[in-house]
Amino acid sequence: MNVATDNPPAAQRRRSREFIDRVIGAHAEAFDLEQEVPRGVFDALAREGVLGALVPAEYGGTGLDPLAVGLLCEDMGRASASLLSLITVHTMVSLAIARWGSAAQRTRWLPPLARGETLAAFALTEPDVGSDVKSVATRVERKDGGFVITGTKKWISFGQVAGLFFVVGNCEGKLAAFLVERDTPGLVVEPIANMLGFRAAMLAEVRMNECVVAGDSMVGSLDFGFSQIVGSVLDHGRYCIAWGSVGLAQACLDASLDYSEQRTQFGRALKDHQLVQRMIADMIVNTRAARLLCQDAARARAEGGPDMIIGAAVAKYFSGTIVEKLASDAVQIHGANGCSSSYPVQRYLRDAKIMNIIEGSAQMQQMMIAQHAYQRW
Amino acid sequence: METGEIRETIRSFIGGFIRARNFKDSDNIFEAGFINSLFVMQLILFVEKKFSLAVEDSDLNIANFSSVDALSSFVSGKLVNGSSRLH
Repeated sequence: MNVATDNPPAAQRRRSREFIDRVIGAHAEAFDLEQEVPRGVFDALAREGVLGALVPAEYGGTGLDPLAVGLLCEDMGRASASLLSLITVHTMVSLAIARWGSAAQRTRWLPPLARGETLAAFALTEPDVGSDVKSVATRVERKDGGFVITGTKKWISFGQVAGLFFVVGNCEGKLAAFLVERDTPGLVVEPIANMLGFRAAMLAEVRMNECVVAGDSMVGSLDFGFSQIVGSVLDHGRYCIAWGSVGLAQACLDASLDYSEQRTQFGRALKDHQLVQRMIADMIVNTRAARLLCQDAARARAEGGPDMIIGAAVAKYFSGTIVEKLASDAVQIHGANGCSSSYPVQRYLRDAKIMNIIEGSAQMQQMMIAQHAYQRW
Repeated sequence: METGEIRETIRSFIGGFIRARNFKDSDNIFEAGFINSLFVMQLILFVEKKFSLAVEDSDLNIANFSSVDALSSFVSGKLVNGSSRLH
């Protein structure tokens, strides 16, 4: 499998899915239980070009088109929501550097990001700041031609293993983004365990105490420039999670179809009970609708232009919302078995809740969609 | 594309988002509170697609996007410099 091809044909898509199922899906329960992903998995993803999905070919990446990125995220979400979050944050940082970074930053960071030698994490959220980006409290001061960063970032996906952090801070009263290396003196990573879902996302709290970084570590510029950079990166994050939610929804549906065919109650298979059929029908329709919205978002991105922003928000809102219901119904169909670690649907339900929170909660998407409508019409 | 056509194209797009239909080409759309950060992202994407040019980090100056006049000048300047075209 090589994910480099645009609009992958069916055979290639099948090989891609087989690779993801073999390397990730087959071990997803173990990753979830141990709350850890072995280094070899990252290496395998890098070899297959997955980690370089948003890195241009001239820097060693695969530079996938929007639909190919979406399909990759769907397959990752179907196998493991935790690993989907790796692809999401790693490509968010890759995109920020490729699209808005300086020539020196692109040369320095894009090749190791594509090769997986360096994993990247997106460090925006803080203990007291989530959706309200403008209230970021991390303080950045200019000093001797560089910057001094002090603050705490929380819930940072793959922060435990990231070698590069995309840190958002407040500099001279304006927001800005900085590339901060893991071994920067003053930077401490504290693992976060026992979350409801995304347990293998290797979350961390990242504390920076007077971390000194070079003057060329800022990505883009202060304030206005920052808004566009982070806006475009968050848009990509929404797009990834929207597709990943479709993948997770498909996993819920597949598991429910299998189980309801095999499980017998009252002398007949669950699939022959009409109330089960009702749940299955809703799962099929919602998954299909979510996928169509994601495909619409992919088309808008491929065409370019202003509609792509709302396209991703609509897809993320719908996909992230319906996957919660799908996962809940999947557990319902499985009954007590679905609540045990013997079946993956309990993980799906825990992860589905997170899907509707990360990269912009459902409520933030609703606000964005409605505000756009009032502005447009 | 002629300067007048560039201006009209930009005015038409911005006008589709601004309820104050009588806004002037020289009006600062940020100071007037006409728009939000989402719109600015859409404006940049529109400019890139419509005029087949790349907005780069060094272009992300609020002065380039503050009015129809400013954006028309910015786009005209970028089009003169063919190196900024999208491929």
